[in-house]
Amino acid sequence: MTDPAWIDAALTSARPQAVSALLRYFRDLDLAEEAFQDACLRALKSWPEKGPPRDPAAWLIMVGRNSGIDSVRKRARQQALPPEEAISDLDDVEAPLAERLDGSDYRDDILRLLFICCHPDLPAVQQVAVALRIVSGLSVKQIARAFLVSEAAMEQRITRAKAKIGQANVPFEAPGFDERAERLATVAAVIYLIFNEGYSSTAAEADARAPFAEEAIRLARLLLRLFPTEPEIMGLAALMLLQHSRAAARFDENGEIVLLEDQDRGLWNRSMITEGLALIDKALRHRAPGPYQIQAAIAAMHARAATAADTDWNAIDRLYEALQRMTPSPVVTLNRSVAISKTEGPEAALAMIEPLADQLAGYFYFHGARGSYLLQLGRKGEARIAFDRAIALANSAPEAAHIRQHLDRLQAEGVYSA
Amino acid sequence: MLYAILCYNDEAITSAWTKEEDDAVMAKLQVVHDKARKNGQLGPAIRLLPTTSATTLRKAQDLVIDGPYAETKEQLLGFYIVDVQSLDEALQIARDLGKANPGGAYELRPISIYQPGKELQLT
Repeated sequence: MTDPAWIDAALTSARPQAVSALLRYFRDLDLAEEAFQDACLRALKSWPEKGPPRDPAAWLIMVGRNSGIDSVRKRARQQALPPEEAISDLDDVEAPLAERLDGSDYRDDILRLLFICCHPDLPAVQQVAVALRIVSGLSVKQIARAFLVSEAAMEQRITRAKAKIGQANVPFEAPGFDERAERLATVAAVIYLIFNEGYSSTAAEADARAPFAEEAIRLARLLLRLFPTEPEIMGLAALMLLQHSRAAARFDENGEIVLLEDQDRGLWNRSMITEGLALIDKALRHRAPGPYQIQAAIAAMHARAATAADTDWNAIDRLYEALQRMTPSPVVTLNRSVAISKTEGPEAALAMIEPLADQLAGYFYFHGARGSYLLQLGRKGEARIAFDRAIALANSAPEAAHIRQHLDRLQAEGVYSA
Repeated sequence: MLYAILCYNDEAITSAWTKEEDDAVMAKLQVVHDKARKNGQLGPAIRLLPTTSATTLRKAQDLVIDGPYAETKEQLLGFYIVDVQSLDEALQIARDLGKANPGGAYELRPISIYQPGKELQLT
């Protein structure tokens, strides 16, 4: 039963719990990581011979703690390494240790570990990189590849970020109720950030970044196991599952973007949809709506529609209205205008977004949406100008290519740029 | 005779499988499924979604709890598969069942994979 794939999965799944417990012991991130690495090496040696431990996380914490103590001593040059035998037989200590690792203890450990990655002084990309490196254990190479930078550059960024984290002095006592809720909200935000980094805008990137989205979903499930009654965490997990369920349908064979309404719904991942719908159903029973739940509920409306024509745009509009009240922003209004264009028509949608022209002047989607409403209204010259602006602001070749289709069609009809 | 084979494993570990590892396990299982199917032995095969998607109904208090049924003093005695539009619909059926047969609890868990297999008859 100790085949390499099992060991690999066991080490991956134990990582957040083990590193966060070691961080509590040593109060030093580098030392905790080193100790965990060392414990993993020993596991790779010991598990195939002796069989897997009953509780891999407890085993790794125990061995990691001994190894960390060793290395602290070694650095202090006070004492030689203790003999290998002292830590090689752990079967006796495993059970009591596992008991001490009760839910509430390691729950706060893991939350703390995730929380320190969300240092407010760190730019978003670095929060994501640090969380993926420390909590998820992705290799620097993997992270560097996803962010299109060299391994050395990413290594340097992570090192700098960790130095900043080291000075942050996040308290190690168990947090109070309010503080725990605050940490949970911050951590949810960084998990969604990881997901969005994985939700790339080009097919080429999608390959390198797919693990991010999956990792974010795994972290959300981990949080849910620790905090099983938090509706916003259910909402976050549901939102990511429902969005990720469409991954295989988002690009065509040429790498071009396929809009939601044109996607082949047969390519949507039914299992992820079922899980997402179950989670949003669970969350809504709490009657404590939040932004993640509402966004998940919107995604669920799309998931539940058998075809694009079956979409309940009135319900989506009401959900956007609620989201707008909760977290007012021009982008939410822009998104709502899509629902309005379906329920009331392009004129109403256009009227809704015109006041946003200044705030969203540099936003690709604003000009894309505006162009498409103008086009639907037959105002082709103005549509052409809006699409020209959008294309100049496109973040990726597929985005530009998508707008290019509209422009080519207009050009074919004899509508040229000024 | 009909037998149910109930699957237990450490969910934290199985959910840490990469997609490739998961696919490899499913492919190996499929070989066994095929053999049992050829022998006319295989009924429905089901994979449940993780316990994070579970909801539990305690019948006595009519209490709905997030998460799986975690007590060990009761034993698994049976299960239903229902085709519903939402968790609320499934809960309604569970409540009706609970009125007909009080005591214990129901855990409601969405199904991720369903292979119907052959039609079965108790002999």
